Amino acid sequence: MTTLSREETDALIAEVLEVYPEKAKKDRTKHLAVNDQTIEQSKKCITSNRKSLPGVMTIRGCAYAGSKGVVWGPIKDMIHISHGPVGCGQYSRAGRRNYYVGTTGVDTFGTMNFTSDFQEKDIVFGGDKKLAKLIEEIEELFPLNKGISVQSECPIGLIGDDIESVSKKAAKAIDKPVVPVRCEGFRGVSQSLGHHIANDAIRDWVLDKRDGQPFEGTPYDVAIIGDYNIGGDAWATRIILEEMGLRVVSQWSGDGTIAEMMNSPRVKLNLLHCYRSMNYISRHMEEKYGIPYIEYNFFGPTKIIESLRKIAAFFDDSIKEKTEAVIARYQPMMDAIIAKYRPRLEGKKVMLYVGGLRPRHVIGAYEDLGMEVIGTGYEFGHNDDYDRTIKEMGDATLLYDDVTGFELEEFVKKLKPDMVGSGIKEKYIFQKMGIPLRQMHSWDYSGPYHGYDGFAIFARDMDIALSSPVFGNLVPPWKKAAEEVKKAA
Amino acid sequence: MAKLRQCAIYGKGGIGKSTTTQNLVAALAESGKKVMIVGCDPKADSTRLILHSKAQTTVMHLAAEAGSVEDLELEDVLSVGYGGVKCVESGGPEPGVGCAGRGVITAINFLEEEGAYDEDLDFVFYDVLGDVVCGGFAMPIRENKAQEIYIVCSGEMMAMYAANNIAKGIVKYANSGSVRLAGLICNSRNTDREDELIMALAARLGTTMIHFVPRNNVVQHAEIRRMTCVEFDPTHKQADEYRALANKIVNNTNFVIPTPIEMEELEELLMEFGIMEAEDESIVGKTAAELAAEAAAA
Repeated sequence: MTTLSREETDALIAEVLEVYPEKAKKDRTKHLAVNDQTIEQSKKCITSNRKSLPGVMTIRGCAYAGSKGVVWGPIKDMIHISHGPVGCGQYSRAGRRNYYVGTTGVDTFGTMNFTSDFQEKDIVFGGDKKLAKLIEEIEELFPLNKGISVQSECPIGLIGDDIESVSKKAAKAIDKPVVPVRCEGFRGVSQSLGHHIANDAIRDWVLDKRDGQPFEGTPYDVAIIGDYNIGGDAWATRIILEEMGLRVVSQWSGDGTIAEMMNSPRVKLNLLHCYRSMNYISRHMEEKYGIPYIEYNFFGPTKIIESLRKIAAFFDDSIKEKTEAVIARYQPMMDAIIAKYRPRLEGKKVMLYVGGLRPRHVIGAYEDLGMEVIGTGYEFGHNDDYDRTIKEMGDATLLYDDVTGFELEEFVKKLKPDMVGSGIKEKYIFQKMGIPLRQMHSWDYSGPYHGYDGFAIFARDMDIALSSPVFGNLVPPWKKAAEEVKKAA
Repeated sequence: MAKLRQCAIYGKGGIGKSTTTQNLVAALAESGKKVMIVGCDPKADSTRLILHSKAQTTVMHLAAEAGSVEDLELEDVLSVGYGGVKCVESGGPEPGVGCAGRGVITAINFLEEEGAYDEDLDFVFYDVLGDVVCGGFAMPIRENKAQEIYIVCSGEMMAMYAANNIAKGIVKYANSGSVRLAGLICNSRNTDREDELIMALAARLGTTMIHFVPRNNVVQHAEIRRMTCVEFDPTHKQADEYRALANKIVNNTNFVIPTPIEMEELEELLMEFGIMEAEDESIVGKTAAELAAEAAAA
């Protein structure tokens, strides 16, 4: 192991911060920390969910991205209107690879872009009439839609359009849910507020719409919460849960439907994967309907097995038995994957910088392959995320919140990980530096990574990246400097 | 050919900006000047006395009908009225919807792009909604637009507060551009010592009262007929007042960055002229019952 000691990591942070002006340094210091596993509450070491400083090249998104892109977008049988000018919807269209089953344009609409395409006159005279007309046209052209959401772009909040009253009227006219979502991009400090606003809109406009109606429940009903089916993640998850004997009533929201959401208040247990984006609705269902929720982690066999037993503990012995059978059945497959890849990946070091649940949830999967995560950080996490991260990360590893472009580059240069797991904005920077990078937002157009099936693909993808011969032909700058010194000498 | 002068008229709502502007413009036109009025108020009542119409069809309404502002031609939005005065109304939404400020921005950009400010013009007057509530209503005083601001006010307290606030807004744009305060126009409400008071206020703001327009019912008589006083009864002495104002504006060279005053200073001024009484701090926050109890005890 060549990881740094606590003092060395502290010194590294200080060194990287040195270039900042005093004010920026003071602010950024609070967002960088050396992990200390003895700490229980992350607020003692790191600050999060604060406004990004101008000029830091944050990779954060906006509230609209959090609502339309993350929470609502994957609900496949609804039509999500990007209400405002055309760009927000068009440039985020189909970007998150939320796979779904259905006939697009007939009964499902996931990869399509619906927008009110605001013009000057809509800003000046208000867009309410246009929105009403748009909903009418949608209903005429796509009669199999099961509901509509109105995702507010910035101008809606500025000109004060009354989308609530339009939605109420339209809902009555088409006899389907029409949900106004006040997720104007300028609200909050990141997409995180958009998740919250979206959760609240589901709570207020959708969740209780089937309360009191007949429902044929079973004692084994669960909901998958916070799985967006990126590259098929939720499917890989669902297979396992069904093999355990559970009935998955709803998927929130990858490959999900609005009917599933309305039926969720009848389940026995909510299974929460992405805590950051859907803890709000989980808490609400716990308070209002008394449905407990548990957080689980389906990345890599160690965490999967741990999670399966945790979930099974909520149910009777029949489920517990089936769960053990599931674990036993997949064990040879997992052993084979590890036997194949671990020797190639053993000891490799990874730095992560992603959003949602991944900065902590994928650590176990890397460890199953013998790899070590030496730095991690959240794009838009809150302190409850860091609370959950401290124990997952090794002592004296590096934590960075809303990391700046400069900091991440410097940390990578100094810590020299064997690979970086981050996003498209980081990908080519680090690859040009000669460091393999896997996109851990989109699974680099691969996936699924969840569940047993996902681990096979995850292991293969990490091996592809790390073992690619191309990086042997690239000399990173620091090695170049060393080589030149050698040559000179 | 003299350089085009662009002037904006601001002032508290209801003070008589539109009436004063149109009478002033009529007097300028009468003297041979080429003038354009740009109404910057969703109510679109800045050109009715010149055009003898109820309300001119506005840029924004025409744009909404045509699809977008790019579909419009200049002649669609420009009307010519009394004395060859060119008239445009920016227009905007009904109260309570949309964004009126954006309407002003869109309309003024359109006029510029379409070349409405042609070389023959001597003056452009922007008649702007009472309160500069957002960036849109400050559009006429941004860079390369109006350089001269005239504030219409009267000897009433709220009108003077508003004038001082507008002066604050001008300072912001004056420091970054060429906009200047060009004077106060007193549109009389027949309050006591009104002219002296406005002159004193003007002095504090670093400018002058460019003209005192006395109150006269003939202005209202003309308005009922959708005419300016200058056109309705050119021989009336009130028409001469507007001619005098027009003449002073033509010859005005006193353009300043205003020195808006603090609220206390303004209140002192009002007290000096007996418009406001000195505040009795002892009664602040006391209910009627408490005051009655105190009176009984005394």
